[in-house]
Amino acid sequence: MILSLLICIPFASAAVAFLNRNGSLRRLQLLLTAAVHFTLTLSTWFHQPAPVLGGWFALDAPGRLVLNVISGLFLTCALYSIAYLRREIPGKHRDMEEGMWFANAPEAIFVGCLLFVLSAMTLVSCSQSFGMMWVAMEGTTLGMAPLIYFHRHHRSLEAVWKYLLICSVGIALALLGNFLLAVSAANHGHGAIPLVLGDLVEKAGLLDVPWLKAAFIFLLVGYGTKMGLAPMHTWKPDVYSEGPAVVAALLSGALTNCAFLGILRIQRVCTAAGLQEFGQGPLILLGLLSMFLAGVFILGQSDYKRMLAYSSVEHMGILVFGLGLGGAGIFGAMLHALNNALAKPMLFFVAGNIREAYKTKSTLLVKGIVHVLPVSGFLWVAGFLASTGFPPFGLFLSEFTILRAALDSHHGILAALFLAFLLLSFVGMTTNSLRMALGKADPEIAGAPRREAWLSILPPLLLFVPLLVFGLYLPSGLQALLHAAAESLGGK
Amino acid sequence: MHSASFDFIFVLLLLSDLALLGSSRFTILIRTVSAQGVLLGLLPLMTGEDGNTFRHYALAAGVIALKGVAFPFLLNRARRQAGVSREIQPLVGFSLSLLVGILALAFSIWMGFKLPRPMAGTSHLVVPMSLFTLFSGLFLIVARHKALTQVIGYLTMENGIYAFGVAMAYQEPLLVELGVMLDVFVGVFVMGIAIFHINREFDHIDTRQLSKLGDWPQSAPASPEDGFMEKEML
Repeated sequence: MILSLLICIPFASAAVAFLNRNGSLRRLQLLLTAAVHFTLTLSTWFHQPAPVLGGWFALDAPGRLVLNVISGLFLTCALYSIAYLRREIPGKHRDMEEGMWFANAPEAIFVGCLLFVLSAMTLVSCSQSFGMMWVAMEGTTLGMAPLIYFHRHHRSLEAVWKYLLICSVGIALALLGNFLLAVSAANHGHGAIPLVLGDLVEKAGLLDVPWLKAAFIFLLVGYGTKMGLAPMHTWKPDVYSEGPAVVAALLSGALTNCAFLGILRIQRVCTAAGLQEFGQGPLILLGLLSMFLAGVFILGQSDYKRMLAYSSVEHMGILVFGLGLGGAGIFGAMLHALNNALAKPMLFFVAGNIREAYKTKSTLLVKGIVHVLPVSGFLWVAGFLASTGFPPFGLFLSEFTILRAALDSHHGILAALFLAFLLLSFVGMTTNSLRMALGKADPEIAGAPRREAWLSILPPLLLFVPLLVFGLYLPSGLQALLHAAAESLGGK
Repeated sequence: MHSASFDFIFVLLLLSDLALLGSSRFTILIRTVSAQGVLLGLLPLMTGEDGNTFRHYALAAGVIALKGVAFPFLLNRARRQAGVSREIQPLVGFSLSLLVGILALAFSIWMGFKLPRPMAGTSHLVVPMSLFTLFSGLFLIVARHKALTQVIGYLTMENGIYAFGVAMAYQEPLLVELGVMLDVFVGVFVMGIAIFHINREFDHIDTRQLSKLGDWPQSAPASPEDGFMEKEML
């Protein structure tokens, strides 16, 4: 019942939002839907929801983790959207970079698509059937496209074209992965195993191994594209830098975790079939490659939103690297997924505030944020420290766990590479972000120091608090959930 | 299983892929993709072991209507609206594209022999031909500049995946049907809308113009202010 409500409420609300003519009523509706969704999600902590549709939809530990991340993040996104949409009044706007005029997409489309994406992401998190999960993932791809193209000018058009083309190819490859999985589960014609996670894990011994391997590779590449793993990450910097801050936050925190969940599920099937080691090689390779490429591009970056996008690529790399290591690395990856979903969206919200104040995305022109925008400046520095793995933030803990897992399993070279690539992006991120945060602001660009609107600083603050708390103290319920998620994948 | 006619369709699929790789005219490309759609629509009718059920006929009719008629119609309309007739100066020339196609074919056949046959009676051609169609589509996306050709490439790729699904994964309820509908929905409706916007914004559909975004200063003004100033002075 709860699961059906979680999926249907945002979907129905999206349909209403498309038809709703009243702007402020629609924003209220967005906020209310997000709040209801979050309350329902919290209720799953006390009351395990019953499976729906014969087990096609159920909430396992990794799914519950992702659902909580999506729902909590969406609430902050809804809050931030209200301030954002108030600024983005209908009519012609002047582009701050090239000076041409452009219009926005209708606000009804923006709000409706946000809610539709929430529904589709919830569907991903609780789909136990691989087919349904794929459909929902496709739904998120479709719903995101109009959001990225909110500002109707040629740069966002380019971004949305790249996004559609690359992600659709990825999703199509994932479909082939599902077909291959179906062949593997065909059981030589004696009663096929349904493509539902529980059945596949239970009867993993009957799966046809070469076809399962092929399915794993295609699903990894397909969902990896959606997640933004190198070398399929090329859409990410363009989309994150051209899309509205809310959209970048939602993509980097929630959607990437949905795609990661897809990879977790097929790795779980492989583990049950005794093929855990087969998946480890590709996972570690993609992970390290993402970390390395992201580090190189962060070093030479002069656009802070693109820098955040590459940082997101780096963190996706860390996730699959941890998953590939196995053992305690899987717990590290789970913890990292949670913390990264707090840190990266927070930075995108702050980046949105900075862009609004300075009217530029160049790291060279933005200076003295801590003086001009005190709260955003503080959060910017804190976010960078968190995101580069400084204690006391949660990401330090998760990166350390993954590093220890690499050392414990006697992968000295992998541990060294992991550290080296972390250092690479650390250097790039800190030089850029400190230069932006400190120094003397150019009054012509930045204007006078000012008080910020509470609606634009509340959402990043709401993400900052748990980010700090989880670094110092992990509540026992959450810890149990993370352990359960890791154990389901054969980790510790 | 009607093995001979089944194989015949896969051979025709191979020939149509080669035609796609070697042609520059949009009318030919669209017509070939449409022919592929009709061929693939016939596939479900040949998989039923004990006669065809309603599901087989419904899928066949749906696929022929969508891939064979509706999408070619929409693509043709986009072509007329954009006023383009052919792909000029592609990234990889047409003869070279065919050569790459032959190599991809060899690779696909090799892959087909690597994977075991899951069920007795499955045609040997399924894996190589559907993989080859997939590769051809991917190659068209990468090696052509026009947005329209890239959408055709995407559809070709999707055709390959669909052919594989119908031949090998048909026992899985609804998976094939959902896959077809949703993938094609992206391919034509969403990308079609994007083509419309690209066309309106730039007056053509050449994706080389979509190259403003990048990491290094030469592709974008070194500082946004420079670009801004130039526009102001003009």
